[in-house]
Amino acid sequence: MEMETEKNAVVIYTRYERFWHWSQAALIFILAFSGFVIHGTFNVVDFETAVTVHTYSALLLLLLWLFTTFWNFTTGNWKQFLPRIQGLPAVIRYYAWDMLFGKPHPHTKSMKRKQNALQGLAYLTFMVIIGPALWISGIIYLTYDLWNVMEGSQSLFQAVTFFHTAAAFMMMAFAFIHIYMTTTGKTPFHYIKTMITGVESIELTQAEKAYFSEQHPKILRDHD
Amino acid sequence: MIKCTLFWKNYQVNSTLTNSLIKVKLEMIKKQLAENGGQTQYLSFLYLIGYALGILMTVNVSAETDPKIEIGISEYTQTGGASDLKATIAAFNKNKASTTDHSKLKELEGPFSSGPEVTKACLSCHNKAGSQFIKSIHWTWKYKHPITGQELGKATLINNFCTNAKGNEGMCAQCHAGYGWKDDTFDFTNEENIDCLVCHESTGTYYRVPNSKGSKACSIMFEGKTPIQWAKVAQSVQMPGRNNCGTCHFYGGGGDNVKHGDLSSALFNPSKEIDVHMDSKGLNFACITCHVDNGEGHQWAGSRYQMHAKDEVGQGKPGIPRQRATCESCHSSLPHPKTTLKGIKLNGHADRVACETCHIPKIAKGGVATKIDWDWRTMGKLKNGEGFKLKEYTQGDGHHRATYKSIKGDFVYNENFNPHYAWFDGVMNYTTIDTKFDPAKAPIDINSFTGDFNDPKSRIWPFKRMHTTQPYDKGNNTLVYMHLWGEDDNSLWGNYDFGNAIKVGMEKNGIPYSGEYGFIETYSYWPINHMVSPKEDALACSECHARGETGRLNELRGFYMPGRDYFKWLDIIGYLTILGVFLIIFLHIVMRILCYKRISKSCHIGGEK
Repeated sequence: MEMETEKNAVVIYTRYERFWHWSQAALIFILAFSGFVIHGTFNVVDFETAVTVHTYSALLLLLLWLFTTFWNFTTGNWKQFLPRIQGLPAVIRYYAWDMLFGKPHPHTKSMKRKQNALQGLAYLTFMVIIGPALWISGIIYLTYDLWNVMEGSQSLFQAVTFFHTAAAFMMMAFAFIHIYMTTTGKTPFHYIKTMITGVESIELTQAEKAYFSEQHPKILRDHD
Repeated sequence: MIKCTLFWKNYQVNSTLTNSLIKVKLEMIKKQLAENGGQTQYLSFLYLIGYALGILMTVNVSAETDPKIEIGISEYTQTGGASDLKATIAAFNKNKASTTDHSKLKELEGPFSSGPEVTKACLSCHNKAGSQFIKSIHWTWKYKHPITGQELGKATLINNFCTNAKGNEGMCAQCHAGYGWKDDTFDFTNEENIDCLVCHESTGTYYRVPNSKGSKACSIMFEGKTPIQWAKVAQSVQMPGRNNCGTCHFYGGGGDNVKHGDLSSALFNPSKEIDVHMDSKGLNFACITCHVDNGEGHQWAGSRYQMHAKDEVGQGKPGIPRQRATCESCHSSLPHPKTTLKGIKLNGHADRVACETCHIPKIAKGGVATKIDWDWRTMGKLKNGEGFKLKEYTQGDGHHRATYKSIKGDFVYNENFNPHYAWFDGVMNYTTIDTKFDPAKAPIDINSFTGDFNDPKSRIWPFKRMHTTQPYDKGNNTLVYMHLWGEDDNSLWGNYDFGNAIKVGMEKNGIPYSGEYGFIETYSYWPINHMVSPKEDALACSECHARGETGRLNELRGFYMPGRDYFKWLDIIGYLTILGVFLIIFLHIVMRILCYKRISKSCHIGGEK
């Protein structure tokens, strides 16, 4: 049954989500930079600095992820990332073709579903494949000195470095695409602005609007 | 007839010349004194001293007609020396707990006329010292390797410097801590032949000369030295200082720092930068601060035949005396701070990387060069029938070093250079006189060692690698003993005849010789332990964790090292992926721009706008 909806400026990304996003972005950038120095790709800072920076930012990111996982599950936010086939072909078609001709985005943002199907799938990949590949291999890598006396440790070490590097390349591919996609909004900086302020104009049902006005008046904003 | 040295002659010529100059100067001073009275007396005295010093310096320079060429084959070096003594002795004068003032002992009043007489006096109180010392390697020059079973030690080994002490003891045993070893007749059981003084005297006036005079060409080498004042040196005895050990150990291989690369006269009075432990203004360690007694008495920890490549005993339990010369015996096997990320990471390295690898970044510091290459083939060139030295290398401290010697051939020096690195488990294997080798596999390792990444007892160690082209027995494929030194006509240092010197050298020692010699390239490896730098100068991580040639461990393979190693195909695929992403983004942007233009002109498809 179709609900009567109305466009409304709403804080769709809470303060914590925005903190999570941007601190994670900064850490990933620092990790990638220092990581590829360690890898030997470029030589802008010396190895010792790179290792120090890489280790500390990795520990911070682990802490952030640990807390965010906790946050995701306690707030129920995790449901946002559940994979969904429905709508996926339309979104792919939109980015590959329709958007070039100015067609509207097939996904309608709502409080229940802030991300479109493709976006959700990408973030899920980030959270359950690329991220864990990095932190699992990273933790084993970091604790090398604790297990290097073990039989066959060199094979394990090589596997760890292999997966860590491979996952780092994937992370970079993800990050570049992700950054590019932010330019595909109404204006090239629209999505970035949303991610900073948290405010986006989305469709609200009467009930949702009434609920927010009553319970969370602060998240309702005048049109941006 | 070849004369060993013309130096003395030149000196005398110059002296007569300068003597007359001094006389003139004295006349001037007398005149001034008469005119000005006592006030100028002091100034004139200083002036005279200054002038005399000037003359001395002139003599030294003018003694060589061409500063690069020195006629003569003198190999005698005045080692040690009083000027270097103050600092080294100071370290031991700190130890005020000594219960005996040797200068007050009746037994040491003398008079003594020889070394053995002094030794007899020493042993009259120290009645176990003799039996202890004659078991030590400083006396026997023999070492049976506990793992390989090889019979090692200077007495029999061949190196790739002067090659062999065996049969040349008349010269080489100048550094034997005993009196009179010049041939097989030396009595190793006679404790009175021990030279206590070379290790214990502290005046800096004691010296040793070779036990035989060598060929006629060399016999004037050691003339004109001030006689030793036996009672004075005997009364000065102390625990050995750097000066005592350095007398021999800094001059191994026939000259300052020739052999080891990390043991030179720069260690008599080193700065902190040269050696953080021996720093004469700082810790001021003596050699025996680390090379402690191994518990047997008069035997010292720290053998390079059987090293502790990885000391897992470390500091040991509190109160237990140290009996090793390893870094770990003071610093423990986890020496870096355990509370910082860097410290933890460095401690993580200590199980596979020797302390020396990072903390001795350069060999031959302090301006004293070491030999890295020696070519025996070119020896024997003469100038007007005389041997000579060509001094074409000027080392950091300004001294000229011989790049050619008639009696030894050509040399290459280096200083302040990067070591050679290798996995090392502490066990040295030697190519001895009876080891047969395949000449096709040259360079032959004079000493090889085992060690591997996969052996947890091995660590990466720094070495000085010495390259030499030296004679070998072409028929038997062995190294050879050469008869270098002797009072006969066959010694190489006198007649320059390889064939003869090898024949006699082999015969004299009962080694089979085919009669035909050739030259073969050899390597020897000298583990680097000394001249530890201050921690600020330790190797940066990026010295090893670097790609390609620049990395110090570039040649060590068989393990994955971050920063140096990578998976080639993973990298190719990875970079291509990133490139592909950029390409797609670029194409998408181009299409967006193109389509945006079309829309505004003709498409008229309503967007959100």
